[in-house]
Amino acid sequence: MSGVPIVTARARYEDSYTLARYLSTGGYEGLRRALTMFPDDVVAQVDEASLLGRGGAGFPAGRKWQMLRAAEVTYLVVNGDESEPATFKDHFLLERDPHQLIEGVVIAAYALQVTRAFIFVRGEFALGLERVQQAVNDAYAHGALGRNIFDSKFSLDVVVHPGAGAYICGEETALLEALEGKRGFPRIKPPFFPAVHGLYGAPTVVNNVETMSNLPWIMIHGGAAFAALGVGRSSGTRLFALAGRVNSPGVYEVEMAKSTFRDLIYDPAWGGGVIGGAEVRAIIPGGVSAPWFGPEHLDVALGQDEVAAHGSMLGSGSVVVLDETSCVVRAAWRITKFFARESCGQCTPCREGSGWIERAMYRLEHGGGRHEDLALLLDLCDNIAPGLGWPPQQTTICVLGSSIPSAVNSAISMFPDEFARHVAHGGCPYPTEALR
Amino acid sequence: MSESVETVSITVNGRALEVPVGELVIEAVGRTGVYVPRFCYHPRMEPVGVCRMCLVEVDGPRGATLQPACYVRVSEGMGVVTDSDKVKKAQDGVLEFLLANHPLDCPVCDKGGECPLQDQAVTHGSGESRFVEEKRHFAKPIEIGALVMLDRERCIQCARCTRFSAEVAGDSEIAFAGRGENIEVAPAPGRPFDSVFSGNTVQICPVGALTAKPYRFSARPWDLDQVESTCTTCAVGCRVAVQSSGNRLTRVLGLDSEPVNQGWLCDKGRFSLDSVDGNDASADPLSSATRIREPLVRENGVLRAASWSEALTRAAEILGNAAEVTGGVGAIGGAALTNEGAFAWGRFVREVLHSENLDAQYGDGLDGGLLQALPRATIAQASRARVLVTLCGDLREELPVLYLRLRDGVARTTTTLVEFAFGPSALAPLATERLAVRPGEAHLVAEAIANRERTLSKDSLVTAEALSRVRDRLGDRGAGVVFVVGRANLAEDPAVIESALRTFAQRYPEATFLPALRRANVAGALDMGWGPGLIPGGGFRAGTGGRDALAQLRAMRAGEQRALLLVGGCLLGNVLDDTGAREALAAGEVVAVTGHGGATLEYCDVVLPASVQHERLGTVTNLEGRVSAVAPKIVAPGSAWSDVAIAGELAAACGGDLALSSVEETARVIEATTGYPTLTVLNDGASDGLLARRPFTDVVRAPFDPMAFPGVRSINSAVNGELAGSLEAVNPTRAPAPSAPALADVMGGAVVATPARDAYALALRVSRRLYDRGVAVQGSPFLRPLVAPASATLNHFDLDRLGLATGDSVRVASSRTSVTVRVVLDDETPRGTIELSASLLDEDGNCPASGLYEPEALYSQVKLATT
Amino acid sequence: MSHFRVDLRQRAEETIALYPHARSAMLPLLHLAQEQDGYLSEAGIEEVAELTGTTPADVRGTASFYDMFHLEPVGTYVVGVCTNIACLLGGASELLDHARRALGAEVGATSDDGLFTLEETECLADCDRAPCVSVNHRFVRTTTVAAFDELVDELRAGARDHDIPRHGTLVRVRRSGGLRSSSEEIALERRVAREARERRANDVKGASS
Ligand SMILES: Cc1cc2nc3c(=O)[nH]c(=O)nc-3n(C[C@H](O)[C@H](O)[C@H](O)COP(=O)(O)O)c2cc1C
Ligand code: SF4
Ligand code: FES
Repeated sequence: MSGVPIVTARARYEDSYTLARYLSTGGYEGLRRALTMFPDDVVAQVDEASLLGRGGAGFPAGRKWQMLRAAEVTYLVVNGDESEPATFKDHFLLERDPHQLIEGVVIAAYALQVTRAFIFVRGEFALGLERVQQAVNDAYAHGALGRNIFDSKFSLDVVVHPGAGAYICGEETALLEALEGKRGFPRIKPPFFPAVHGLYGAPTVVNNVETMSNLPWIMIHGGAAFAALGVGRSSGTRLFALAGRVNSPGVYEVEMAKSTFRDLIYDPAWGGGVIGGAEVRAIIPGGVSAPWFGPEHLDVALGQDEVAAHGSMLGSGSVVVLDETSCVVRAAWRITKFFARESCGQCTPCREGSGWIERAMYRLEHGGGRHEDLALLLDLCDNIAPGLGWPPQQTTICVLGSSIPSAVNSAISMFPDEFARHVAHGGCPYPTEALR
Repeated sequence: MSESVETVSITVNGRALEVPVGELVIEAVGRTGVYVPRFCYHPRMEPVGVCRMCLVEVDGPRGATLQPACYVRVSEGMGVVTDSDKVKKAQDGVLEFLLANHPLDCPVCDKGGECPLQDQAVTHGSGESRFVEEKRHFAKPIEIGALVMLDRERCIQCARCTRFSAEVAGDSEIAFAGRGENIEVAPAPGRPFDSVFSGNTVQICPVGALTAKPYRFSARPWDLDQVESTCTTCAVGCRVAVQSSGNRLTRVLGLDSEPVNQGWLCDKGRFSLDSVDGNDASADPLSSATRIREPLVRENGVLRAASWSEALTRAAEILGNAAEVTGGVGAIGGAALTNEGAFAWGRFVREVLHSENLDAQYGDGLDGGLLQALPRATIAQASRARVLVTLCGDLREELPVLYLRLRDGVARTTTTLVEFAFGPSALAPLATERLAVRPGEAHLVAEAIANRERTLSKDSLVTAEALSRVRDRLGDRGAGVVFVVGRANLAEDPAVIESALRTFAQRYPEATFLPALRRANVAGALDMGWGPGLIPGGGFRAGTGGRDALAQLRAMRAGEQRALLLVGGCLLGNVLDDTGAREALAAGEVVAVTGHGGATLEYCDVVLPASVQHERLGTVTNLEGRVSAVAPKIVAPGSAWSDVAIAGELAAACGGDLALSSVEETARVIEATTGYPTLTVLNDGASDGLLARRPFTDVVRAPFDPMAFPGVRSINSAVNGELAGSLEAVNPTRAPAPSAPALADVMGGAVVATPARDAYALALRVSRRLYDRGVAVQGSPFLRPLVAPASATLNHFDLDRLGLATGDSVRVASSRTSVTVRVVLDDETPRGTIELSASLLDEDGNCPASGLYEPEALYSQVKLATT
Repeated sequence: MSHFRVDLRQRAEETIALYPHARSAMLPLLHLAQEQDGYLSEAGIEEVAELTGTTPADVRGTASFYDMFHLEPVGTYVVGVCTNIACLLGGASELLDHARRALGAEVGATSDDGLFTLEETECLADCDRAPCVSVNHRFVRTTTVAAFDELVDELRAGARDHDIPRHGTLVRVRRSGGLRSSSEEIALERRVAREARERRANDVKGASS
């Protein structure tokens, strides 16, 4: 069932991350092609490709580039902070194909006429950092970075910037703060839309690693070829990070909107089915910020609008499968614990709300839960994201806050009986081994 | 002000209004009388929009969304809703979240009763808490600095204190540490929060997380009584709320006065209350921590208590007898008094003692006539200057709140700073140009700037390029240029700076000058005539004769002046040449009028007890010439009187009559005869004061926001008005102010030729520190420990040359004496210069700077030998 | 006197040169300080403050926002066990329990021999090998109790020194070659940033006065 490999084409080689392998498999050809075009034409190709951002929000890259405010100095920043739970596709790309990323960065920088770009790599990716740095060094030596790239008169410097362990730095404005050497507190939009007031106050484009990694292919094959893949707006392929209760978790490149969650989970080339043949109980699409799906959604297509139409999102491209043996209360509790630990702490509803919800969820799972806790939890969630709709309304500066309710709200509304059992039992009724 | 402001139309809860373009929604909404609840928002800092308490519905492209009113700015056609169910639920939700982990220990919290969080909880909270979990725990109050305690459990992470530290004080001594729920306010490891502005963080903390050690548990807010007054710890004249419980002072808080302190205070002004209250009761008249409670006369060599009549008779005898001889009497002081006190004492000296020997400065100031002649800048003008040029000491040490205002101007607007870099300065990191100027050189640098033909000697540290850059910045006539001028070096002849000022004043006729003189009411005392030739009410008459302070001391030593009247303040410790001053005092008879003891009293024959700040009514004038009111909050101890009363009685004892029956009457006389707005100000004690001798512009006070400066009661109480209001207002056609002297009248006083630099010597710079030997610090048990031991600061170049490192002890010798001090590296000290502070003592209690100083030289030179 | 070793001081200065503004080098410099001392010592913090033109309180505050920086000494090996959703479903709680016993350290604490510090981490983005374990930020991909024990034995025996450096060393690949931007370009970047700051300050000022 697998379609055209675009960003994983090289991944099967042991030495996929080396310059030698990269060059022997068509590396930097896209860049050479791009350098023969006018920058605006590169933008037009990307626009035509309908390359949706792969970082979470799914905003079309071409449109984003066109929105960059013209200025004396502008920047390009690559978001490689990948910290959304159960998302591991950028990690895969950073370690396996750093040159593809760098080539994409040069193409984007050329299109935007930016002369300095930063690749922000999650600090915990020690190997990824080493591979990307090595690739940057090699690219400079190869003439693909630095002054006068491939004799084109276009110059670009790339700095690899290590993060240091904070989920919120994946949020683009917090990432810029971290890049400026500060605490990763997200900035308020407006006025701090990166395209207007970005890094050091200059207009800035922030794009995800996977988004960038698609550019070499688009340059070689053209935007139209990319747009021909997938369905509608959801063009090209996407990396899905499949995890949880499946036989073969992993990163799979799937043509957009052509396959369904069921395909991804059950196809032998991909997930290979649920462990022990159990039934799917819930799917967490798009990262833990997304509302959950039930088995009834298995046939929803893996496309941006298709998933949105059912009240959730493709988000970061992660898909977590919970099966009959999984305790949904425990899963929802663990997700809130994540938010409580990762809230930056600026906004009261997020800082205090995440901790409160986590504590209440902990009681439900570990004993001490009360019936009235469910109403309380939903009301607290409502105080963070009024109306509890999707996409959520905000009371906080960034959407980390409004993501907190997703898991709790999903678990309570999809599995009220499970909560009742927990309350009645005085904690989790499942023996821990059963949770494997 | 008639400047037209662009406006936009918005609606607030359906009501249409016009508001200035770009205004914050929270302020715009406030115009309709609707108060949006808030915590992190502070009108004197940039908004951050983090507490989310102020969420309101704002109409936008995506329909009405909840937005922080403190962050969003109005735009044309904007609709704001503050009273919908959605807004109410969001705000209640935020408040509930804030209270979830809050300890709710209001009954034992210092902030209880005046706590914004408590107030909001009472007006908005639902009573019953739904939070059943264990609350967040931190070790209870920790001492984060010498004056400040932090209770992290009470903190609501509003970032007011940390923003103050970074944005206003600029020292970032505290910052948020940790993330999420675990955020705490913290100094650096091993470095206490010792900013001289630390008290402001306590004042603006909207909960009881930050508390001031001197105030903790000393009173409950509902016991406190308040008057509005002016701080007289230094010459900035910050507006304050002074609070007491009964007759005991408990707290001083900054008031948000737009032209002066904008809410902020330094820790010295805020925490020196104990020096007034005498909580540290000491009976030794030679200690500045002692309050003088009754008159003292010397008998058989010792000071003993006496009745007022005995003391006045003795004093009248001493002064009267000395006055019979030409030049036999003189007076020093006045800068610690109110304008009324200074006026009365000035009249006493001139009309009863018939002497022109009077001086409000101690040889550490600048020529009074020159200061009267220079066009004066306001603090606001200086903070918004196009180019700010400083020729003064480190303002953070000398005039801390002026430093804040100027720092704000340079850091947050386009003001360019040019520093005459005499030594370390807190403004240095913001300076565009720093000219390293050594002692005895400022006038030469000034001439070289003003006149392109003049060049500096080859060994000068200032390059020709730097001079020409500065010249370019100052422009042709100095429009938009403000010079901040003071005495950066007490061991240098004031003629050096004065000559530089004359040069600049002539060369840049459109520039203005802000005197950075430190002593509290020095500007007022000068305006009240406290200097030879100065005219009460302002102005200067050349050629009247009369001795300044140092000349008086010389005359005392020479036996030409027989008696000295000291009014307010201690002579010793203020005059740099300590030995010379002691010789002078010992040579004649001395009458002191003072509220505090001090070393000077050792030489006094009569001591008359006066009331001091927070005990007296009157007006004072700050360095920009703003006259504002001081109000009594407590009754002076013992039988101390006001200066006006003492001056009147002493005049009577001398057989004269000042015709000044009270402070109010004195204020009326001043205003009626000179136009100086003393009575007008006194009648409206709650205003931010009026600029003397300049067109009166009304300063509009922002509506009082208890959330911005918690603890301050409503500040429109007309306390002084009640006291002074019984007098009729002065006829609006006030007597014209004495006109400012023409520059030409004050152009004399050229610098004697600069002596050659001794290649083996270092030039001495004597500076001042905030925490010094003065009454305010020495009288406070909390501030006294903050005084640093004496040390000498040198450039790394000189340290290396001498083979020294920070911490080493070194012998420093001048022609007079030699002392041993520790050296400290600081590259802001110019090469070839050694800096010592006049405020600091060595382990034996001696002031090394004072010993080394060579009084007759243009500047002093010293030599170093390692020990 | 520099607290950083000569080579690290040089790397620090090279790192700062990569950015138009020194403060931007904060995180890389803190990683360097940690490379030298194993944690952020007071002296390390002061040096970073000096290098970035900030204050020690600011540096400490910034560092403490990030999980990878330790303000107290830690073990030679910092062992992280992820218990986030995918790992939870793969038995992470049980593995973490086992790790506490095997290492002799509670979560957040260091074993008595100073060898191991145990951390319960958030998702490390290696979810196809759940439960995910990392040692000094190297993914060791040991998902079972037995494999974990074997790893611990190897670490104790020093048999993994080739692929797992002591705690603190994050990136062993140095940047080779400096920037190709000209000093004018960098000066331009600085000027634009300053103007942006001033513009904002004036916006705020203008609006509030
Ligand atoms: C809390 C939060 C975490 C995020 N984490 C990431 C991340 O780890 N990686 C990423 O690429 N985008 C992340 N994003 C999305 C970014 O803000 C931004 O939209 C994205 O980097 C833009 O790139 P794209 O347009 O190429 O997707 C996150 C957003 C939020 C609100
Ligand atoms: S200590 Fe007070 S001022 Fe500082 S953040 Fe906490 S609540 Fe705000
Ligand atoms: S968010 Fe507006 S007052 Fe705090």
